[in-house]
Amino acid sequence: MALKDITLGQYFPGHTILHRMDPRTKILLTTLYIVALFLCKQVVSYALVIAVLAGAVAISHVGLKSIVRGMRPVLIIVILTAVLNLFYTPGQELWRWGFLRITVEGIWAAVFMVLRITLLITCTFLLTYTTSPILLTDGLEKLLSPLKHLRFPVHELAMMMSIALRFIPTLIEETDKIMSAQRARGADFDSGNLIQKAQALVPLLVPLFISAFRRADELAVAMECRCYHGGEGRTRMRQLHFQRADCAALVLGVALVAAVSVLRHFGL
Amino acid sequence: MSNAIIEIRDLHFSYTGAEGASPSVLNGVNLSIEEGSFVAVLGHNGSGKSTLAKHLNAILLPSGGAVYVAGMDTADESLLLDIRRTVGMVFQNPDNQIVANVVEEDVAFAPENLGVPPAEIRRRVDEALKAVGMYEFREHAPHLLSGGQKQRVAIAGVIAMAPRCIVLDEPTAMLDPVGRREVLETIQKLNRLSGVTVVLITHHMDEAALADRLVVMSKGQVVADGAPREVFQRVEELKALGLTVPETTELLWQLRQDGLDVPLDALSDEECAQALYQLFR
Repeated sequence: MALKDITLGQYFPGHTILHRMDPRTKILLTTLYIVALFLCKQVVSYALVIAVLAGAVAISHVGLKSIVRGMRPVLIIVILTAVLNLFYTPGQELWRWGFLRITVEGIWAAVFMVLRITLLITCTFLLTYTTSPILLTDGLEKLLSPLKHLRFPVHELAMMMSIALRFIPTLIEETDKIMSAQRARGADFDSGNLIQKAQALVPLLVPLFISAFRRADELAVAMECRCYHGGEGRTRMRQLHFQRADCAALVLGVALVAAVSVLRHFGL
Repeated sequence: MSNAIIEIRDLHFSYTGAEGASPSVLNGVNLSIEEGSFVAVLGHNGSGKSTLAKHLNAILLPSGGAVYVAGMDTADESLLLDIRRTVGMVFQNPDNQIVANVVEEDVAFAPENLGVPPAEIRRRVDEALKAVGMYEFREHAPHLLSGGQKQRVAIAGVIAMAPRCIVLDEPTAMLDPVGRREVLETIQKLNRLSGVTVVLITHHMDEAALADRLVVMSKGQVVADGAPREVFQRVEELKALGLTVPETTELLWQLRQDGLDVPLDALSDEECAQALYQLFR
């Protein structure tokens, strides 16, 4: 198992309009899109949200392949939801075998559910694929900053997120190293049943945790040495600016929610 | 003493554990470091050199005596930020001092904390990265760099704070020979070109030999203080402390032990070769 192959917070650098958009816009758009998605009832509204997302994917230059690959881990959930909806929705019966029955409504419910989950995941993927992790945390910090008045630790949260992102590769590398060291001493991580495999991880996790704590300690001192004293009075090198394109995109996002609401009202 | 940037007076320190005070680590250190100088602090493990370093920007506070940074008492908590922006610190493990996952974001960390305006941060970051020769890597992820490159990024992160003094606590201990050379060259350049005071904590004799002034520590005290050339001539004394001397000095000392007339103060390879050449002429 090559741990280095794990990519977290996958980001595909690029220069499309989606990449250049302000991260706050993209986070808001994703939220708006999810709202629109959950307002969808019937074929027409689903067709609309699918068309919008397809357009966005096309603009982003993110390959369909990477999106499909991203879907793989949730495939089981998608199938399970589809099956449950298929068999357990009451309505006009089409087919029956013992306690299993398929209804017309069930087929539609299954199709819509699969669409809903797929679109939900694709649109969040599009956000992380086109936004670097730093910009993402910056955007979140800025968007959540009104919560500061409610004593919500916005800056601390963003700081924790960015440090976690920074240390993921370091800790993965360290895990690799400890695994090799334990293997050299005869540890076996790959065979045995689930319980045995879990037990084999103990000699891996203990040193990993100890080293992580030591790192945290050293990092804290190093941060203090560089005058870190919380979010107060802190400036940022990278400033976020809303551009005209951001405004236009947000208007489109709101328009999408409005359109879907209207369609929902007419039962489409 | 008017241009001393760091003034240490009768510094005592002991770590206080759960079981009360443990044996003292520093026993009356007196030291004054001139602005713009390059001072190496040498000593083997447990000599108190790292503990001393941590007193220079108020990470640790004296149990007895006092430390003044540019005239500011480190025990005065209201001056903490001013002290830390005056004396920057670089540690052994570059991985554990890099905060951000893009090089330039990391270098920007200190000025951001100090509330420097964005345009000025940009300027400082570019300048600092150029000073350590890492400007081309400004958009890279730190974990993909070599050890020496990471340590140079860490140094840039401190320079961007515009400190008057940089303390480096064994900055090369985890690096390969190439990385070591990169870091040492960067330090020397900073000292010569920008006039930044450098305090280099080390246990490598050849690194210590690069400094203008060498302070040797043992058992929490300063046992020798002077130009490296002079200090290294006290070979017996250093050996008694469990320290070695640079290979050039060692060679000449051995020759002297055998009754040959060679000078002991030839520190660089060229000087040593010259001394040997004189001998055989």
